[in-house]
Amino acid sequence: MKTKAANEVVMEFPSQSRNENFARSAAACFAAQMDPTLNELEDIKTAVSEAVTNAIVHAYPDSIGKVLLKIRICPENVLELTVRDHGRGIPDVDKARQPMYTTGGQERSGMGFTIMESFMDQVMVRSVVNKGTTVVMKKKLSSRIRAPK
Amino acid sequence: MEILAKSADRNLLLELNGELDHHGARNALRELEMALDAALPRKLVLDLEGVTFMDSSGIALILRAQQRMQLLDGSLLVRNIPPQAKRVLDAAGVSRLVTIK
Repeated sequence: MKTKAANEVVMEFPSQSRNENFARSAAACFAAQMDPTLNELEDIKTAVSEAVTNAIVHAYPDSIGKVLLKIRICPENVLELTVRDHGRGIPDVDKARQPMYTTGGQERSGMGFTIMESFMDQVMVRSVVNKGTTVVMKKKLSSRIRAPK
Repeated sequence: MEILAKSADRNLLLELNGELDHHGARNALRELEMALDAALPRKLVLDLEGVTFMDSSGIALILRAQQRMQLLDGSLLVRNIPPQAKRVLDAAGVSRLVTIK
């Protein structure tokens, strides 16, 4: 059930923490053509930051792997963000999505998925142990184009 | 991420500047621990006015600060939180756990 995108971009980068900034900035930059509000842009940046950080911290804990970010502009002003890795995967996705649950130690709050869910309309997670994880997030942006009076 | 520490009379003020993401929080966490060890404050103020972006990494930092201050029998105040960071804190329910001004 794949919807046709009006425009899309795919990028891939190594799982270095400096790329967290790049990923969220790139997503905001691409989404700018949808004429989002400032709040919507911040929501997009925050959700991408969480998903990409998860890939960097959890998918590749002891190595550098590849992280894919796909941004699609779908019909009805829906933005779709996909973050995919080929890392170690999540054994129990439901558990990982619970607030405060983390395997990341003191550095992590365990609130990443909670924030993605709060800032996006829909968050889907598919994961296979030792194969990788895909997070797909969707958000309908407010249409700011007003009919002329 | 840059942290400016000001300490006087067992009051410690930390002014955070820049992007408080996972990349920035690593150093910030280390600097927080060092500043707390050096000052052993009664009162810690985290000033977030200069934070241009924050995600859940910032929550981990604030909760760590809260935990350290409880161990020191002191208090924590988080102030001047920009709107984006505030929404992250609200989404995570941290605003209920931490004193915010």
